[in-house]
Amino acid sequence: MSTLVIAEHDNGSLKGATLNAVTAAQGLGGDIDILVAGAGCDGAAQAAAAVAGVNKVLVADNAAYEHQLAENVSLLVAELGAGYDNIVAAATANAKNTMPRVAALLDVAQISEITSVESADTFKRPIYAGNVIATVKSSDAKKVITVRATAFDAAAAEGGSASVEAVDAVHDAGISSFVGEEVAVSDRPELTAAPVVISGGRGMQNGENFKLLDGIADKLGAAIGASRAAVDAGFVPNDMQVGQTGKIVAPDLYIAVGISGAIQHLAGMKDSKVIVAINKDEDAPIFQVADYGLVADLFDALPEIESKL
Amino acid sequence: MKVLVAVKRVVDYNVKVRAKADGSDVDLNNVKMAINPFCEIAVEEAVRLKEAGTATEVVAVSIGDKACQEQIRTALALGADRGIQVETEGAVEPLVVAKLLKGVVEKEEPQLVILGKQSIDGDNNQTGQMLGALAGMPQGTFASEVVIDGDKVNVTREVDGGLQTVALNLPAIVTTDLRLNEPRYASLPNIMKAKKKPLDVFSPADLGVDVTTHLTQVSVEPPAERQAGIKVEDVDQLLDKLKNEAKVI
Repeated sequence: MSTLVIAEHDNGSLKGATLNAVTAAQGLGGDIDILVAGAGCDGAAQAAAAVAGVNKVLVADNAAYEHQLAENVSLLVAELGAGYDNIVAAATANAKNTMPRVAALLDVAQISEITSVESADTFKRPIYAGNVIATVKSSDAKKVITVRATAFDAAAAEGGSASVEAVDAVHDAGISSFVGEEVAVSDRPELTAAPVVISGGRGMQNGENFKLLDGIADKLGAAIGASRAAVDAGFVPNDMQVGQTGKIVAPDLYIAVGISGAIQHLAGMKDSKVIVAINKDEDAPIFQVADYGLVADLFDALPEIESKL
Repeated sequence: MKVLVAVKRVVDYNVKVRAKADGSDVDLNNVKMAINPFCEIAVEEAVRLKEAGTATEVVAVSIGDKACQEQIRTALALGADRGIQVETEGAVEPLVVAKLLKGVVEKEEPQLVILGKQSIDGDNNQTGQMLGALAGMPQGTFASEVVIDGDKVNVTREVDGGLQTVALNLPAIVTTDLRLNEPRYASLPNIMKAKKKPLDVFSPADLGVDVTTHLTQVSVEPPAERQAGIKVEDVDQLLDKLKNEAKVI
């Protein structure tokens, strides 16, 4: 048994979700190699080589892979994946974009966002926005799997000493190109990796009021998230959305402020260790999943919390 | 330019789906069905391209048993010109759907194929990308903006860090995210007119596609329930609990 884990990275560094994917791969058994496909991605490759339990790191360093264009990266992964029993990646936006193309090129099904490995061919995964957990069995000899990162512990980032091997294969499909990006720059921790997340919902009333969360986030070292309602209303950008179609988070502490608790939002945060809800509507469904509920006007509660922390 | 738009019949998004007591499957008895919300956004985008004079024809395709004609009619009422049903029985996995859609793409030769990024039943998020690979077409997934520019389409995509824009050679695939547009409601006259629009039916054999499944659902179960906790009196008590009981701050 051998597994190729596709690294999530920004060329310079390895993203934490890769470590969760490595743990999921360990559940499949056998050797684990990591593929780092990028441009100028030596930093990410070195970090991948240090991950505990990794056998070998393959590095495909070429301009064709710089922006993770699915058309190019999928050709590379399908070629390299021919030599493995499993191809695994954390279900990030990049992997969601690329992995189904890989599966189709290899003529196998993809098993999306697994939350547990039951055996080498059987997995659990949430369906219907997490209202149901399905156990699915694959009959494919080769498995293409994406992993819900919050369902697996992170492998140790240090302690490994994998060999690093350059891959010469260059696949440029020539049918797509990168135009530009708008990436939010923030000093705060990444939403999916932060130990504390504080999220605002429609109750915040406008984007300006999200500043009320800043002081608390500073004091707690928290990332700031939002519900779909707040994003759809234009209060904050889409990359802050926590929920079924946004980011899935499972921090030690999740504070939901002015969020009613639609099922789509709960699907993105209900695996958090401790959940706090602050809402002035005492019947809001968010209180049904909260460990600590505070029925209060957020415009009174937030400044008070900030001053008392 | 011809636009092909794929629609799926799913449980209405307002319905809370449950596993059957024996764990054999989800309970879909007497449940309201509807067009998948992401597919509705796909139809709206295609119709807007036609209204803008960019698209000349919008073809709506669905894969499923006869009941999915209802969702094709919905797409026709929203402004699609004609429909195609590929008739299948039972659950069809994304890889097979992608192969069937590739068969339709070969027949219709659209310049743009718009699909929802995922369906709210299986939550797989695979079909558009798989179709792209099988048809050798580039893809703009999780789109929040689609701009046709000559023989290319520029797609702005919702990604983990924010937004990314890619330029794709046509023909291309687009999968929709929530903020691409706000779908319209079908008017009564348009619902009536939709009944008269042409709808062709094909079988997988017509398209030369093998529908064998690779994945089987062994069982389903409800998710682990989270117990509701307590309501605290005030901010002081909340902070005290977080410090001394939960020990998270």
